Amino acid sequence: MDLRLSAEQDQLVEAFVGLYTKHSSPERVRAAEATGFDPDLWRRLGELGIVAMAVTEDQGGWGASFLDLAIVAEQQGRHVAAVPAIETQVAARLLARVGDAGATALAGLLTGDRLVTFAPRPVRGERALLVPAGSIADDAVILRGDELLLVPLDGARTPVENLASMPLADIALGGEHTGAGTVLVDGPDARAAHDRAVDEWMALTAAALVGIGARALEIGVDYVKERKAWGQAIGSFQAISHRLADSAAAVDGARLLAYEAAWAVDEQPERAAELAAMAFAFAYETARDVTYRSLHFHGGYGFMMEYDIQLYYRRARGWANVYGDPGHAYRRVADRRYGPVASAATHAGTTTRVEG
Amino acid sequence: MDFRLGPASDAFRAEVKAFLDEHMTVELEEHLYRTGVAHDEEFTKQLAERHWLAPGWPEEWGGQGRDPFETMAWHEELQKVDAPTYGFGTTMMGAKIVHKIGTEYQKQEILPRALRGEIIIVLGFSEPEAGSDVAAAQTRAVLDGDEWIVNGQKMFTTNGHIADYAFLLARTNPDVPKHKGLTMFLLPMKQPGVEVQAVYTLSGERTNITYLSDARVPDALRLGEVDAGWAVITQSLQDEHSGGFASRLDSLVRHTEAWAHDEVDDDGRPRIEDPEVRTRLGRAATEVEVSYLLQRRSVWMAEEGIVPEAEGPMSKLYSSEAIERVAQDLTELVGPDALRSYFDPTAPQGGRIEHALRFSLGTTIYAGTSEVQRNIIAQRGLGLPR
Repeated sequence: MDLRLSAEQDQLVEAFVGLYTKHSSPERVRAAEATGFDPDLWRRLGELGIVAMAVTEDQGGWGASFLDLAIVAEQQGRHVAAVPAIETQVAARLLARVGDAGATALAGLLTGDRLVTFAPRPVRGERALLVPAGSIADDAVILRGDELLLVPLDGARTPVENLASMPLADIALGGEHTGAGTVLVDGPDARAAHDRAVDEWMALTAAALVGIGARALEIGVDYVKERKAWGQAIGSFQAISHRLADSAAAVDGARLLAYEAAWAVDEQPERAAELAAMAFAFAYETARDVTYRSLHFHGGYGFMMEYDIQLYYRRARGWANVYGDPGHAYRRVADRRYGPVASAATHAGTTTRVEG
Repeated sequence: MDFRLGPASDAFRAEVKAFLDEHMTVELEEHLYRTGVAHDEEFTKQLAERHWLAPGWPEEWGGQGRDPFETMAWHEELQKVDAPTYGFGTTMMGAKIVHKIGTEYQKQEILPRALRGEIIIVLGFSEPEAGSDVAAAQTRAVLDGDEWIVNGQKMFTTNGHIADYAFLLARTNPDVPKHKGLTMFLLPMKQPGVEVQAVYTLSGERTNITYLSDARVPDALRLGEVDAGWAVITQSLQDEHSGGFASRLDSLVRHTEAWAHDEVDDDGRPRIEDPEVRTRLGRAATEVEVSYLLQRRSVWMAEEGIVPEAEGPMSKLYSSEAIERVAQDLTELVGPDALRSYFDPTAPQGGRIEHALRFSLGTTIYAGTSEVQRNIIAQRGLGLPR
């Protein structure tokens, strides 16, 4: 067992901390709220190799480990940076895995000519809903039934204002407004490819949520050390300090689990899917509770837009809930542990389990 | 990073598991439950023969010099099956202090027998009026020639009725601030001044209250300097790396998973296919994973020589509250049948879910309540003011 980051990983973190500290200050985050996207920051991240790191040298990148991606995602969360780093990394890896069909899109993504995002939820009806980075990307990789599609978004999207000031959009597929996009994979392989990308998206989002939780805890702790009531720092009251202690234990647990899930992608693939769903649900619940407590302990100031804690509160919810509630993720854990269940429709009174 | 415990740890785990498959029988499990005694002589002897009472100790003292990850695997497997470890567990806590600060006489007197499983040392810290605030202990020890005369009461002296020594915290100077007037002893238990009365607990475990009336302990069995007991007990409590319940929680979840595979609903559909069951088991399994990670991190830090801030308390706090939370939730998930008691022949999974609920309630209390753990995390981990 070794829970230390390597010297190279420490350097990697430092590089991104430097960039985010300078170019994703709370002022910059607020300035980007209208669109949910900071193009200047995104360009700088591109220069650091934010997409290229996600794929191998053969695929045109520089092949960082999956754990490297997670520790970078954690920093994005700490700074609630308005950039589509996770979506594009997941899309790049998915495009790289589908071979020739994804080659052009991957090349465009790596040069920065096209921004390709990833929809973690499959199409419902003829629409992909609340697609992350859907309002700013050029294309999205979307699962529709047994087809994994690359969908150009111009003309197909309806941007959605939302709780987390994310660049979300609903995407219409088919119908009069759009073409259906290019089929990257079809048949059962399409679902499997999408599923694996969802695992990766969950593991990286978990790491980002850990960053949100960790920073929100610091903000809360700093505030209760300074703020006085009845002549003493409110952080000395156990009604406050004990709940912050709960936050601290949960953030540490969430970080260990997110790192383990990311590590498993390369090192223990047989557990990677289960751990990704666990990490996602636990990191979400942690970030949700930690941001709530820290906001609440600000008293009336926590309710003011001027204080930063609300930025964290809103993103903790938005970044995770574009996929679904934690129960959804816990059932995914169950699918990995016990095998999936036949759907109610196909069940029809039998108790046959679908192996998979 | 590497989250594997390593091949040596895995191999030792397999050995311990095989041993437990053979020796930790359902009959023994039931016997332990029916008697409420968390110690079994034969089982302890079997472990001792393999040098497994303290596998992390050096070979010259009867251990095997196992590294912390091997020792952790050993501990986890014993905890999973609820093996009778408490007797030798507290014995080794005392022995460890003897090894660290004891005199040559004390080492020869105590250590070989402790490592052979021939003596039991019980904890004598808590008192009726001093639990979490252990330094408030009132039990008095007064020097009389080369012996100390001890008067007072000790609570939760589990195994006291079969013990050879109590690892005793006593007040030797009442005229100084409370932390400065305490001394530690190894008090012989088999003497007229010691009366042990049974106290029955929610989990079925028998513990005790021990009355000390002019009990005697030779000065040669004093641990550390007079009035320096606080430093000794602090060291002893810090050494408790096992501060977590991950494997107990793990086995609770596995039993409930087995129940969900066996049991069907009114339509004959396996309960494991019910989305509600899957959601709650998925959540419980996640709590198991987090508990393991927090627990193993503490061990890793100790192995690396990294000075902990509040990592031990985080593990203890999180995993004990997790087992309470999960035991409650899975009890409700199983429904009315979860009421059927441990070893009632009608109970699902041998009633282990019912027993886990009872057991869980102690975990947030002993070895420092959740409130004490939160104080440590808040002050030492987060730097919040007292």
